[in-house]
Amino acid sequence: MANDFHEIAMIGDRDSVLLAKAAGLAVFAETDGAAAARRIHRLAKGGVKVIFITEPLFAQCGEAVEQYKRESVPAIIPIPDSHGSTGVAMAQIKSNVEKAIGADILFN
Amino acid sequence: MAALQVKPTRMELSNLKKKKKVAVRGHKLMKDKRDEMVRRFIIYVRRNKELREQVEEKLGQAMQSFVLARAGMGNADIEEALCYPARPAKITVGTQQVLGVQAPKLDLVAGTDAIELPYGMANTGAELDGAVKQFSELLPLLIELAEVEKICNRLADEIEKTRRRVNALEYVMIPQFDEAIHAITMKLDENERGNLTRLMKTKEMLANK
Repeated sequence: MANDFHEIAMIGDRDSVLLAKAAGLAVFAETDGAAAARRIHRLAKGGVKVIFITEPLFAQCGEAVEQYKRESVPAIIPIPDSHGSTGVAMAQIKSNVEKAIGADILFN
Repeated sequence: MAALQVKPTRMELSNLKKKKKVAVRGHKLMKDKRDEMVRRFIIYVRRNKELREQVEEKLGQAMQSFVLARAGMGNADIEEALCYPARPAKITVGTQQVLGVQAPKLDLVAGTDAIELPYGMANTGAELDGAVKQFSELLPLLIELAEVEKICNRLADEIEKTRRRVNALEYVMIPQFDEAIHAITMKLDENERGNLTRLMKTKEMLANK
């Protein structure tokens, strides 16, 4: 395991993540939110630093995401899947801005 | 607002005055911290938005080429080609402090200049190579996005906390101290006047004897 230790992982449906595998990421195909959340916990314990997760799954395992938001690693980053972006990630940026500044100054 | 319950003594008064001084100083520092945090947050969040837009566009392209490759080659071949483990992409992880907020600093180690395709050329189409190349080129961007987005998340949390502290100091603690100090001064003055009149009265009674 030590030999092929990955620091970057990607979780998503099969179609979206296969490509990442060729680029040297650890790839886990999950379709179910609960399973993805379990996978996030396991990866975080295993010392993975960055977890990319497709947007539909990101939306489904909000609890796990919230938990690691407060810690410096791992960074859990939503990315669009093969069907394109759903806007979850942008909404997150937007909510960050609203939280920090009180009004949305970026998107209008 | 519930007033602070204090005994009207000089001791309490001087304690309260000290506490108020600390609170005012703390309030000023906290306010400066909040302002600077907001300034940096805006810079980071602009970058975050920019990166996010780029990544979404490029990743969309890469995924599209992959779908094309898949259509051209068939599922079994693609899976066979991609099931060989590639060389893991390495990053170095340090920590950086953004105004006391800890965030990871991520740098991609392996240069992406020489992209190794982890499969043979015989059974795979050129579209697949293209898709993999596009994705590999995207990797540095993705890593930067991860870093910036993490910083933004944590900064936003921290700003919210700091703002609460500033407000608590400004609108609760300091007015409470002011009120208590005022009440004690009044009480002490009242006692002083009481004493004075008593003295005057006694003196008068003594003089009339």
